[in-house]
Amino acid sequence: MHGLKRWTRLGPMDDLLQEFIAETRETLDALSGEVVAWEAAPGDRARLDAIFRFVHTVKGSCGFLDLPRLARLSHAAEDVLSTVRAGNRLPDTALVNAVLAVIDRIGELVEAIDAGNSLDDSGEELLIAALAADAIPTTTAAATPGIRHAVRSVRLNVGLLDHMMSGMSDMVLARNELARRLRDGNVDPSIDAALERLSQTVADMRDTVTRTRMQRVETLFSALPRMVRDTASLLGKRVTLTIEGSDVELDREMIEVMRDPLGHIIRNAVDHGIEAPAMRRMIGKPESGRLTVSARQSGNRIMIEIVDDGNGIDVSRLVAKARTLGLRDAETLAGMSEAAKLDLIFEPGLSSRDTVTATSGRGVGMDVVRDSIDQIGGKLTLINTPGRGLTITIGVPLTLSIISTIVVGVGEQRFALPRQAIEEIVRVRGDTVRINTIGDSVVANVRGRRLAVVDLATLLGIPASFGRPIDTLAIVSTKDGDYALAIDMVIDTEELVVKPAAPAVMAAGVYAGQTLPDSGLPMLLLDMAGIASVAGLVFTHTIDNEDEADAIVEAGISALLFEDLDGERRAIVLAVVDRVEKVATEAIRHTAGRSRLAIGGNIVPLHMVADPGTRMQTTVLRLTDGDSEVAYAIAEPIDIVELPAEIVGARGTGGIVGVVMIDGEQVEVVDPHVLFAEGEQGRQHRPLCLLRADAGGWMESFLRPTLEGAGYRCATHLADGQVADVTLVMADDGTDAAADTTGAVVRLRRAKAAAREDDGSIYRYDRTGLMAALSQRLARGDGR
Amino acid sequence: MKGLFLIAQIAGRGVAIESTQVDSVVDIGEAIAVPRTTGAVRGLAALRSRVVTVIDPAIMLGMPPTVARRSRAVISLIDGHCYAFLVDALEDVALFVRHPLSTGIVVDGPWRRAALGIVERDGEPLIILDLAILLPQIPQAA
Repeated sequence: MHGLKRWTRLGPMDDLLQEFIAETRETLDALSGEVVAWEAAPGDRARLDAIFRFVHTVKGSCGFLDLPRLARLSHAAEDVLSTVRAGNRLPDTALVNAVLAVIDRIGELVEAIDAGNSLDDSGEELLIAALAADAIPTTTAAATPGIRHAVRSVRLNVGLLDHMMSGMSDMVLARNELARRLRDGNVDPSIDAALERLSQTVADMRDTVTRTRMQRVETLFSALPRMVRDTASLLGKRVTLTIEGSDVELDREMIEVMRDPLGHIIRNAVDHGIEAPAMRRMIGKPESGRLTVSARQSGNRIMIEIVDDGNGIDVSRLVAKARTLGLRDAETLAGMSEAAKLDLIFEPGLSSRDTVTATSGRGVGMDVVRDSIDQIGGKLTLINTPGRGLTITIGVPLTLSIISTIVVGVGEQRFALPRQAIEEIVRVRGDTVRINTIGDSVVANVRGRRLAVVDLATLLGIPASFGRPIDTLAIVSTKDGDYALAIDMVIDTEELVVKPAAPAVMAAGVYAGQTLPDSGLPMLLLDMAGIASVAGLVFTHTIDNEDEADAIVEAGISALLFEDLDGERRAIVLAVVDRVEKVATEAIRHTAGRSRLAIGGNIVPLHMVADPGTRMQTTVLRLTDGDSEVAYAIAEPIDIVELPAEIVGARGTGGIVGVVMIDGEQVEVVDPHVLFAEGEQGRQHRPLCLLRADAGGWMESFLRPTLEGAGYRCATHLADGQVADVTLVMADDGTDAAADTTGAVVRLRRAKAAAREDDGSIYRYDRTGLMAALSQRLARGDGR
Repeated sequence: MKGLFLIAQIAGRGVAIESTQVDSVVDIGEAIAVPRTTGAVRGLAALRSRVVTVIDPAIMLGMPPTVARRSRAVISLIDGHCYAFLVDALEDVALFVRHPLSTGIVVDGPWRRAALGIVERDGEPLIILDLAILLPQIPQAA
């Protein structure tokens, strides 16, 4: 499984092609036995599955590497084989022959590609036609093998590499020992120079040897952008891919094993997970699907996570399919837990989709994926949120990995911290970083952020450091929450080869593995999440002041990042965005004091920071708070982002909540509250109250300021054409209020008690009653 | 039938260890303490390019800790991990006949658990220890 390449760097695609060729060739060699066995016993399911997997993998790689002929052949073979797998066709001799002919042809083509020869494609149509159920059996001439191209990679036994690596480490230690001895005595400078040269060579050599075994996950991830792009464009979908943690290093062996499964998962996510743009728009998702692939080290595993925001897995469909295919009987299915039902996706031949596509075909291939992961002792877990997306996590054991670490000292001891988990290291100084004691627990206040403090010396029971004042803190970020780890000092940063420690050591729950740095003294890598749990940290909101706000931040507020009409980048909380739509610019009018958008027979208040200019179409965000709707015109949407916890408050109120840093850029966050508030006011026009002048001028002097403060306009006389929304009269003034009044009327009275029960008048100083009556009358009479 | 055994002193007593369990016998260097583990885990030591977990079998046998002057240890590979079992002294490697723990001898507690049988050296009975049993037991396989 292991490839040590003679790297003739030609670019990533050539590397991939070489890998594909080497792998196909190897699988073909291994498969030849299976093929023969299948020919002898066509009913053998295991053989059939092996052959199916082969063509499935070839097909997947071909689509991506742009090898259309191979893709057509393998797709055709896969089609036929899956009908056999589904039990819809019996594998007779003709079919077996036809499939074998296709496999042979795949082998020839692969050799031709490697040698750079061209192979005429005559006969390929015949090969494909021969796969059809009603094909007339044909005899194909045995293929004459082309000249094999010189082998460009050698495959080495992993044991040999391990041996080489440990030999290398011994060499480093021997060099260190030699250097120490030489330093003790007075040595000739020329010997020093020679030692220096030796050291340099040993260091280079060690790097090279390490690279034979280790590889950055980047090599696994580098193919993904193209794969996603091609798959998405083939399907007419839009997908934004985010890759994180490319610098994590993994055993080459694992990388090789994971290449195909990861490809399958990614293609599945794009093909089956993420919906078509039109569909996404309809269900209120941004048109462009989000796909995130990340790698991180967690405890003694490397976790590779693939998250999409697509439709998730339709479990009920899976169950129905399992019943139809007879994989389980109805009773068993009914009794299955939700998780067990979801696990059906790993059944061979079971697909959650009925349609076949060129990208991921019918079988989602999840059985193949899980087999490969199992093979390296990995674990695959699914978190399915129907309608919202699917998260697939592949955890592979950290058999051996190079981890970028920070070496810290506590007392006499040294420990390595995984750099990925450390946000920063701060000294307790002045006001920016303070230590407080709350009850019996210690809390750090780092620039206003409160974090629980775990003292490493106390946790690990290192007496040399007991009771010393807390001086240096490593701010740790784990998946569950953040905390501050008190250490004595930072010694160095180092790239270390980490191996698993013995079970008796791992049982402590705070270690992720062991390593042997150049000092020659073993060192332990700490498991930051393990430390949090051993220290009894519970990441609820009790530590934080602002319970509510922080709880939301922890869940992550998603926001839509967009380019505004004035060219600025702004963000708006995703929850209020109902949909993103393109409208004709002429649907936007400036009417009745503000911009409005005519859309779907409605007129919606529109917020614009600048003129849309000459463009024919304008993109608008349709925002809703559940009841009312406003629109916000933008230049174009950019991405969905998670709002950082830190928002710098805005000065003044220009419809902006504050400013956040996104990708190193200052981005203003739009305040939806202001937008809706403005929209409301615009709609209501500030109702006009007609004050029927009373004798003492009480209304004018007492009532008017109150009403205007509450957002009403007041007038004592109506101008021409003006219509009062509500009229206020003094009921016991003797004036006949109703005579020449149209619309709603609110009667006020001087006396505290009403003259009659039902006259509906309101005591003039009953402010609450008055306001309630006003809004009630307005609501009733607001026919406009 | 005779088997090859390593005769060593653990907790002041002579014991026999099956040679198949022994990878090598070395003087190990300084062991780095591993906090939050049981006392029987004396730490980690470097054995050339390998990291070995140093185990004090005396503690596992319920005896006072081994006083390590020269840190002589028996290296054994168990379940893919490399362990160094501290011994007081190494005496001999020789062929012996393995006897079952006879009824006449009363061995109890941890010794009984770790005993695979008995060999007799010049009339002196020595317990055959199973090194794998001398590893700290993990309550729940992690």
